[in-house]
Order: sequence, then structure tokens, then C-alpha cells
Amino acid sequence: MRTIYFDNNATTKVADEVFEAMQPYFCDFYGNPSSMHTFGGQVGIRIREARQRVADLLGCDPGEVIFTSCGTESDNAAIHGTLAAAPHKHTIITTRVEHPGVLAVCRELENHGYTVIELGVDKRGRLDLAELEHHLDDDVALVTIMSANNETGVVFPVEEIAERVTDRGIVFHTDAVQIVGKVPLNLSQSRINLLSLSGHKLHAPKGVGVLYVKKGTRLSPWLLGGHQEGGRRAGTENVPGIVALGKACELAAEGMDDENTRVRALRDKLERGILESCPDSRVNGDTEHRLPNTTNISFEYIEGEAILLLLDRYGICASSGSACTSGSLEPSHVLRAMGVPFTAAHGSVRFSLSRYNTEEEVDFTIEKMPEIITRLRELSPFVAT
Amino acid sequence: MWEYTDKVRDHFFNPRNVGEIEDADGVGEVGSLACGDALKLMFKLDENGRIAEAKFKTFGCASAIATSSVLTELIKGKTLDEALNVTNKDIADYLGGLPEQKMHCSVMGREALEAAVENYRTGGQKKHELEGRIVCTCFGVTEEEIERVIRENDLTTVEQVTNYCKAGGGCGGCHGEIEKIIVRVQGDKVKEPPAPAPAKGKKLTNIQKIQLVQQTINEQIRPALRAHGGNIELIDVEGDKVIVAFRGMCAQCKLAEFTMKDVVEAKLREFVSDSLYVEEDSDSVQEEHQHRE
Repeated sequence: MRTIYFDNNATTKVADEVFEAMQPYFCDFYGNPSSMHTFGGQVGIRIREARQRVADLLGCDPGEVIFTSCGTESDNAAIHGTLAAAPHKHTIITTRVEHPGVLAVCRELENHGYTVIELGVDKRGRLDLAELEHHLDDDVALVTIMSANNETGVVFPVEEIAERVTDRGIVFHTDAVQIVGKVPLNLSQSRINLLSLSGHKLHAPKGVGVLYVKKGTRLSPWLLGGHQEGGRRAGTENVPGIVALGKACELAAEGMDDENTRVRALRDKLERGILESCPDSRVNGDTEHRLPNTTNISFEYIEGEAILLLLDRYGICASSGSACTSGSLEPSHVLRAMGVPFTAAHGSVRFSLSRYNTEEEVDFTIEKMPEIITRLRELSPFVAT
Repeated sequence: MWEYTDKVRDHFFNPRNVGEIEDADGVGEVGSLACGDALKLMFKLDENGRIAEAKFKTFGCASAIATSSVLTELIKGKTLDEALNVTNKDIADYLGGLPEQKMHCSVMGREALEAAVENYRTGGQKKHELEGRIVCTCFGVTEEEIERVIRENDLTTVEQVTNYCKAGGGCGGCHGEIEKIIVRVQGDKVKEPPAPAPAKGKKLTNIQKIQLVQQTINEQIRPALRAHGGNIELIDVEGDKVIVAFRGMCAQCKLAEFTMKDVVEAKLREFVSDSLYVEEDSDSVQEEHQHRE
């Protein structure tokens, strides 16, 4: 059975070009870039090239790019590194809809004497910047707010937020793993201090990420024991991963237009098709400020995991914010923060596309969706038949 | 992804006995939309008092649907007393097992069956109601229900109890109480008593007291407030007076005063010292209210 992959916010296919680019660095060019011999040294050149490619996509200086092992490491490093560099400040501002890579770290810090302010969102998942402004005071060490939400695709105005925050001399970090490669960035013109990205969200393999650190940002090193990455992130470089990420960034820059035209059109068609053919369905989140590839749709009176398993029988991969899929008993913290009623939160399904999706896949999914929804509604005690 | 057995998959993809019985003898409804699963079970008896027909409707995940389907198969042909002997374990065993986190689905099946029998025996007058004191307010689980899943399934940890009946799966504020119930039911079986309560009763130095207050706020109080979008901050401790500030939703909540006495003060007295009392920080009250207006 063929696979129709609509779960690209979870992870993406490694692009063929990326796989090809990284392969020589396992068995052929396996040297350590720190070595003095030519064999190792030639690998160092590839890392430099990769760093340049990442910098090109981000619109920054290569010296501002630090390679990490994943987006979560970047988030942890940004938060802990900033707090360690500002020991006299004890407040962090974030949002209730952050990825756990940020939220769990902040909540843990709360147990160590830090005050954490979690900004709420409205029904469409939008922030109130006046509320943020109200909380900016001299005790705030860091504001960390995601660029785009992984569940709903809602995009926050991080450039504007960065201006307000840094005007007060406060460090601003953004978890940008969902937006990099989908929306153009130019960090040299931006006030963002720190930005996390993850390789496997943009067609590089798992196990490589980046923390962008704007020049002049005070940040303590977080892995000690080597001179790599300017001494801030010690440890022998993940050479194949870094080379792969460089290639993936190059491809992302080339594919940016496609993402915002063809992929966006596919997403819109999928969303419209499902809403039209499935009664009592609705989109979660602000559709005006949203990633081009994501749609989060709630189907009332039925449960998300059951929908996913029926989709799975057709080879269609998606994900859900229902309690049952998370292994917890409560539905998505993002949908709850938005005040999505329980009737809809348990029945939410996220479709996230990529440049590898086709119109035919979208049509097939639109065709299958109504029978899946009808079938589960026939089982539901909350639907009169 | 959950690892479901072929039996679970079969009963999810091809559920048996879906629907409603128009002139049912007994109807049992348990669960709710908010909780994420709900089951409506109906049966009709034959002239010998045996279950001739059983049908269900279920809102929930694959295992909720599969357990409902199996339940109807298991009880058909049985007398009501025989049917009532079906335990949640029987349902899970029939399916070749369920993932631990899904065991509550099998318990829901057994509850629906009991509710339906009760409904029949009271002449359709009585709808299933919760009995006993509610321990888990997030999912509305009573002490009686928790005791029963512990006994019937030989559970020894809070995590297991959560898996079997959802209690403790929300804010986590009732974990301490569930631990006590486990110890009471299981007695010697629970070898190591769960995380020792802080050293209440001992004479505390000022520093120790402040640390214990902070720890109690972190572990016992904050999670409960979090569940409602609120938060709490320790401002100061002066002798027996603990000064705190409410944040987030709590700052504007009409129930804040109640929360202060009933949750914050009660927990601090339970875990730190009986003589403590709590006051809200007056500076932050004004500040928050100005902002909200």
C-alpha cells in the first residue's frame, strides 16, 4: 500500500539530494574535523560550507550558527544559557502553547525559584501583545515565544515581539523549528537574539539542529569539554548530519516559492474539501496568519485516534490532538489554551504537507474522509441516527 | 503508535452489535465528551431472563470501541448475575490484552454493564450515578471506584490507577490521596511506601520551613492551579504567615478566596505545619487588578 504522508510537522522525508550529500561522510570521509591531517581537515571545510548554507537561509552571519543535536537541545541551551548569563534576573516569559521543548524547561525552572509567566492566547490562537508589554520589567531575563505553532500552524508576530522585548534590554528567543524553510527569514535585519531550528523538519535527518545566536547576545556555554562551535557547544561534530542540514537549507531556499504557492494551494484544497464534505467540522487557529502547509481540523462528537487508525488503513498519515494519541488523558494543551471545546478538541486532526505531496493524494484523502467520519459518527452516542 | 492486538484491531474495524435497541430492558450510560470517551450500552432479555440482545454506541478511541464490542459479545446469552461477573480483566483478556494506558477502556465497559443492570432492576427509573466521595475532580472518580480497580486488578502504583480509571490523570493534585488508598487496600503488598511526605511535625528552622513551603507549593498546589490556567508564587514567610500571590487566571478568579483557604492553606497545613495561615500579597493584588480593568 502506498503511503500518503501528511505528518510533516512531526518529521519529514530526508530529501534524496540530502541523503546523497551526506553519504560520503560515513565510510569514506570519516575524519575528525579537528584533526591536523588533511584527511580530517577536508571535512572541516565541508562543515564550514554547511554553516554558510544555513546562514544563507537564515539571512545571518555563519559565525552566528551553532550546530546542535536537535531543536529541543537548542531550546534547552537558549533558555539555560541565557539565565546563566543573567544570574540576577529571575523571570521568564513564554506562552501556554509552546512546544514542550520550551514549556517543560520553563516549568521545571519554576521549581528552582524562577517566576514563569505564560501568556494566554485567544480563540484563534493569537497572543495579546499588550499583555506581554505589561509583564516586561527589570526582572525578566528572557522572553521565549515560538515562531509558528506545531499543532495549528498559527504564526506569531515574532519580529514585532523581538523589537518590544529587546528595546527593554531583554533577550528574545524563538523556537522556529516549524517555520524555517517555509517562510523567508532575514535575521541580520531582525531583533531576534536566539532562534532554534531542527534538521528533520526540513528534509534533513534526525539528530541535527541549530541554535542561532545573534552577535553580542550573552549566552553561557552548555556543553563543555572541547573547542567546537566556538567553545559553546563542545563535542565532535555530527559531520554527516551537518552536511545534510546544509544541503537541506539550500533546497529549502530554492523551494520556498513552491512551498508558498503550490503546497499552500494543496493545503487549502484539502481543508476546503474536508470542511465541505464533512458536517460539524471546523478549522482550529487563525487562518490568516498560518504556515502554508498546516491545517488542524476538528470533527465534533468523534475521537481523534479512531480517525487516525481509519485513515491509516488507506495509508494516510496524520496526527491528532486527542488525549488518546498522546498517552495522556487530556487533549492537546494548545487546543485547551485556545478554549476549543472538549467536543471538538478530542476529535482534532492535523494534516501537515510538504513539497512531496501531490494533488492526487489530496483528492484521495478528500474522497475517503466523509466515509471515515460518518462511520465513527454512527458509532457515537452523541450523534442521533 | 499503540501496539494493538489483532483482536483489538478486528473489533475496532468490524465492531459487533453497534446501534440501539428501541424497547431495551436496560440502558447504561457512562463517560462524557469532556473525558474523551463515553459508552451507551443496551440489552434486551429473553423469557428466561437471559440477555438475548446487546447493543452499544461508543465515543472514543480504538480500544474504547473494541472493548465495547467485546463486552456485548461476552454478555450475550448470560443471565444478569452471570453478566455481572464479567470483570474488566475478562474484557481485556478476551482482546489479548490492552496497552496499560488503555485499561480504563475495559473498566468503562464493566461500569456501563453495571449501570445498565441497575437501570433494569430499578425499572428504568434510576440512571447511573456516582456514589461516594470524589477523589479525582478532573475526571470525577470516586474513592469507591479507585478502591475497586486497585482490588480487582491488584494495582500498586498511582500510575496504574490512572491507567485503569483515569483518576490522577489531570492536574495531579490527588496523587497523595490515591497513594493513601493504595496503601489502605493493598496493605503489606505495597512494600515501599510512596514518596515520603515532608517531615511534618518536626521542629523546623526558618530556612527549612521556607523550603518546605516552597516545595509544597511546587509539588502539591501549583499543579492543581495549573489545570485551571492559574499559578501561584510564594512572596514571603513571616513566622506562621505565608504570603502568596495568584497569577494568571487565578488572579481574576472569583473562587480565589476559596482556593486560598481550601487548597493553599489546607495543603500547607497538611504538609508543613498546622499553625500556618495564608494571606494574599496586597501589592500584587492591586497591580493585577489594575491591569485587568
